[in-house]
Amino acid sequence: MRWTWIDRFTAFASGQSATAVKCLSLAEDHFEDHFPGYPVMPASLILEGLAQTGGILVGEVNRFEKNVVLAKMSARFDRDALAGEQLVYSVQMVDIGETGARVSGQVHSGGERIAEAEIMFGHVPAEMMPPGTPDSKFVFSGSLTQLLRQAESATLPAENG
Amino acid sequence: MATQDEIFQKVRSTLVDALNVDDDEVSMQARLRGDLNAESIDFLDIVFRLEKQFGVKIPREELFPESIFQGDAEFVTDGKVNATGLVELQKQMPYADLTEFRKDPRLEKMEDLFTVELIVKYLEGKLAAQGAA
Repeated sequence: MRWTWIDRFTAFASGQSATAVKCLSLAEDHFEDHFPGYPVMPASLILEGLAQTGGILVGEVNRFEKNVVLAKMSARFDRDALAGEQLVYSVQMVDIGETGARVSGQVHSGGERIAEAEIMFGHVPAEMMPPGTPDSKFVFSGSLTQLLRQAESATLPAENG
Repeated sequence: MATQDEIFQKVRSTLVDALNVDDDEVSMQARLRGDLNAESIDFLDIVFRLEKQFGVKIPREELFPESIFQGDAEFVTDGKVNATGLVELQKQMPYADLTEFRKDPRLEKMEDLFTVELIVKYLEGKLAAQGAA
């Protein structure tokens, strides 16, 4: 299953901030049920996208050598996001250490704020992983690696502003 | 050198932020789980915030050794921490007051040891060691 809730990074400042976008398409399965005739992006999936943006910002600090797991989040929503909108996820690093990291994030659409959240991530060593976890660095593998490459390309200086 | 009250005030503000509780709920005697409704993940959050607030490193399981006796027959007999376990517990948590726990050392009562006072005492020791270094 694909579980990537951002389309691409548009800015990435190592250890400081990251911006990613997510275009909401009516073709996405969840709009079928949520809700018929009123396609609202589920709030949990918006937060998943924001957390993925923040998680990659945090993971990159240690060159993705440590597992970064979402630990705790407090969020506030201003309004619904509907199919057809483009969400802009912005996260800023508040604090990072051995134990974990904290980021603050905002979701905007067309300059209007949709939500904001504070997210805490834990650095989880391999020995604390559930038994049977195949790769000690499972978080940053699979489909996320594609985004990592995008994140790296977004760190290149923007030539056209 | 910070006084106990100064440490307490900082710990209180940390807990107010981490657990979304009111100032007056955070007394020295308050239990993190029983009184302040902290969940497992909150312990990680608290440790992380304390490290930043006090500029100290708190190794995993040092302040809140939650998994210390899980399923360990050497330290636990019939769901109770035995004599060997109590010695070990005091060794691992020298800043904890085990007086009450000794009276009823059921494993599930161990979480009552995690009080605001425990954090303050732990940090007192930590900061003193840091100052001495």
